[in-house]
Amino acid sequence: MLWRNRSSVSADPDLTPLIDCTFQLVVFFLLTLNFSSDEQSELIRLPSSELAKPSEGALEMPVTVQILASGMVLFGGDTMTPEAFRGPLRRERDSIRSVLGRDVKNATIVIRADQDVHTGVVQEVIRICQETDFERFVLRAKWKRQ
Amino acid sequence: MKVNTYGGFQRLFFNMTPMIDVCFQLIIFFMLTLRLFSPEGDFGITMPLALPSSGNPPMIEPTPVKIRLTAYPDGKLSGIQLGQRSMNSFAHLHEQVREVSNMQSGPAGAGTEVELDCDYNLKFRYIVAALNAVTGYVANDKETIVRLIDKIKFAPPRKPENKTDGDTAPPAEPPAE
Repeated sequence: MLWRNRSSVSADPDLTPLIDCTFQLVVFFLLTLNFSSDEQSELIRLPSSELAKPSEGALEMPVTVQILASGMVLFGGDTMTPEAFRGPLRRERDSIRSVLGRDVKNATIVIRADQDVHTGVVQEVIRICQETDFERFVLRAKWKRQ
Repeated sequence: MKVNTYGGFQRLFFNMTPMIDVCFQLIIFFMLTLRLFSPEGDFGITMPLALPSSGNPPMIEPTPVKIRLTAYPDGKLSGIQLGQRSMNSFAHLHEQVREVSNMQSGPAGAGTEVELDCDYNLKFRYIVAALNAVTGYVANDKETIVRLIDKIKFAPPRKPENKTDGDTAPPAEPPAE
């Protein structure tokens, strides 16, 4: 590097590649940002299936209920036993009726259950949902590409 | 912004530092909030409300195809039964359900209903494996999903059994998963 004058050094690094790279990273993270993942818990390992292809249309009024491997229910950010889940589910039902003015029968309970949870616990949760007037259910699984 | 004059040319110096700062802040924010999830799909199940004990008699519906899944005390699969027949694996179950579906109502399987009757402690992954075997298959193009049976329901839950390992004699050979 040629130094013309030691008293007034002018270093002008070319920032263009750095800015390009930075913008690429920003765009990448923006595109991979998933706003719909709020209802997904990393505590749950879903079973996988090649038939569980993500549907293109959104479910009507989805109510997500997550069941941990321990048999505890994760609902609305709180962990509780299946029997204690009845109260928060009733509040959800009431808010669907009063706030949204919709029929609960049109809501869909999305069950995200851990692959190691007992099936009886899942059935128990379904029974509680039925007793709270919900009728539509889907069991969620991880899509395994062939 | 500085404007220097070099022999008649004006050279503009933009201060890039704030922009780079902001970009790095954005990168750090996105990096910290990044959560990678694999795509998920759903299996619909039909669970009508329990009928009242008194009142009008229930409508007569076609008898569902019954699939019984039994479990070892540790929750692993110990047996698969389609009606009264034992199945070696979920692949075997899939073949049989495909035959039943074709016989009853054609390839679409409209009208055929499957009832899953499972042990309480059976791990949930086997339910999804059974649904995988029963509800359809991926066609040769590896994209299209051919639906066999869409109507799935659970039998009433069985009460958990307080068995110890010695109480249950496991079958000679468990079914393949």
